[in-house]
Amino acid sequence: MADGTIQLAPFQAPPSGATEPLDAYALRADFPILQTMTRHGRQLVYLDSAATSQKPLAVIAAMDRYYREYNANVHRGIYEIGERATAAYEVARASIARLINAPDPHEVVYVRNATEAINLVAYSWGRRNIGRGDAIVLTEMEHHANLVPWQILVQEKDGDLEFIPITDEGVLRLDVYEVLLRLRPKLVAFTQVSNTLGTITQAREIIDMAHAAGALVLVDGAQAVPHLPVDVQALGADFYVFSGHKMLGPTGSGALWARRELLEEMPPFMAGGEMIREVHLRRSEWNRIPWKFEAGTPDISAAIGLGVAADYLGALGMDRVRAHELDLTTYALEALRREIPQLALYGPPADVRGGVIPFNVPGVHPHDVATVLDRSGIAIRAGHHCTMPLHERLDLAATARASFSVYSTREDVDALVAGLRDVIRIFGVPADA
Amino acid sequence: MDDLYRDYILEHYRRPHNFGVIESPTASYEGSNPLCGDRITMMLEIHDGVVADVGFTGRGCAVSQASASLLTDEIRGKPVADLQKLVADDVLELLGIEISPARLKCALLSLDTLEHALAEQLSGSTAAAGPANATASADA
Repeated sequence: MADGTIQLAPFQAPPSGATEPLDAYALRADFPILQTMTRHGRQLVYLDSAATSQKPLAVIAAMDRYYREYNANVHRGIYEIGERATAAYEVARASIARLINAPDPHEVVYVRNATEAINLVAYSWGRRNIGRGDAIVLTEMEHHANLVPWQILVQEKDGDLEFIPITDEGVLRLDVYEVLLRLRPKLVAFTQVSNTLGTITQAREIIDMAHAAGALVLVDGAQAVPHLPVDVQALGADFYVFSGHKMLGPTGSGALWARRELLEEMPPFMAGGEMIREVHLRRSEWNRIPWKFEAGTPDISAAIGLGVAADYLGALGMDRVRAHELDLTTYALEALRREIPQLALYGPPADVRGGVIPFNVPGVHPHDVATVLDRSGIAIRAGHHCTMPLHERLDLAATARASFSVYSTREDVDALVAGLRDVIRIFGVPADA
Repeated sequence: MDDLYRDYILEHYRRPHNFGVIESPTASYEGSNPLCGDRITMMLEIHDGVVADVGFTGRGCAVSQASASLLTDEIRGKPVADLQKLVADDVLELLGIEISPARLKCALLSLDTLEHALAEQLSGSTAAAGPANATASADA
């Protein structure tokens, strides 16, 4: 697998009882980009994995190999490389299904990213099932991808949007949610892990309550799949979306998982070739799922890369990934509080938080913080992180954000602390700010 | 250490020149970069086609605020005709540091706001707020 060969053999689960912690230092060798020097002559300290994750050699090599050795269109070729491309494309689908414990790979639809997946559901399921006066329940901290498509839908259908509020720490208020459910919404859509605050939401509870109230549930797993063990069956979700590029896969890859009955009932999203079984001049018959939702030639190399990324994470063991990031986040929060007491830190405690740390240096705009850190080779994100309503709720113009992945280490955190000390010094932030 | 944050830039950020409200300005505009939260309100008092007084208020990153401070110093006492000839490079020269493409909008917010203020004044409409990248009125 490390050399990018496509595994057609059954997946090798990590040895049971693999309890040794993840060795991030050893893993870093798999990620060539982490060895690069930035233009200021410093080694890259990448703390923006929530924006996009770096890719292991196995993923890069697999995609390169597809183009070098068996590039061909899928589902068509009656020749060797066509068959090989098709096999790789569909084997990758099975790998993805396995990572999220989907019961059947036919329930996994390839999309370009989580945003596209949500738009697909809004378009295909939403237009048929949301009518005048129907409510959709979201949360105050959704990424724009899980907000704007629903805004457009309810605008068109004259429906309503309601929002589960958060506490100031970023925890969802389930007491208010219970009241919102009395509106008998058709759909509840929420994030499993907040990309800005890092909050790991009470997903199972939210889903159970939604179903009891007669609503379907869409879970935005973009920040969950890379960082937690995800089991769509155990969760009980109806729709689950995530992006490949956030989980060590290439950009342009992603998946929508949905229950078979839903996918079979839903009309197509994009139309054209591949998603049909038969085409006549005035009518066509749709293909079976999942291909009904995969029109046109797909991003084959991206799908293959995503499959390898899924296998890579599966081999690491998502329990160990979570343990690693919990340890790192705990370390980071403690170090930041101790070394930079002036820092404003947002979000919940480490044990209910994914590896995401938003913060502000008093009196210094996040852009300036990010620029100073960039001089030391440190990459963080500054802005609103596609959660403008959340920033409004917290009365913040913008935040800086550091985020972790499997290759992040305590040294990365130490570098961040040192960089923030520079910010404090350059901007003369007082000790009691 | 950091050329972007040279002492004088930080000085203009911490103690901006011409910071404050002008009562009954001749021209005024509130510009902002909504994506990052920088905002600048530029106020001008114009007598006989010359900038008699100028002030700004705002909040945002060091680059945006320092740029406004430097720009207001530059235009004080100048004829309005000169102001209309200002281009992005003039502002960048005032800042005197390398601005990366990602920070360009921060650096140019002050100029954008100034241009809107002048355009509104010429078209005779009252001061209005709006995002910095909105197109200027047709009569400008």
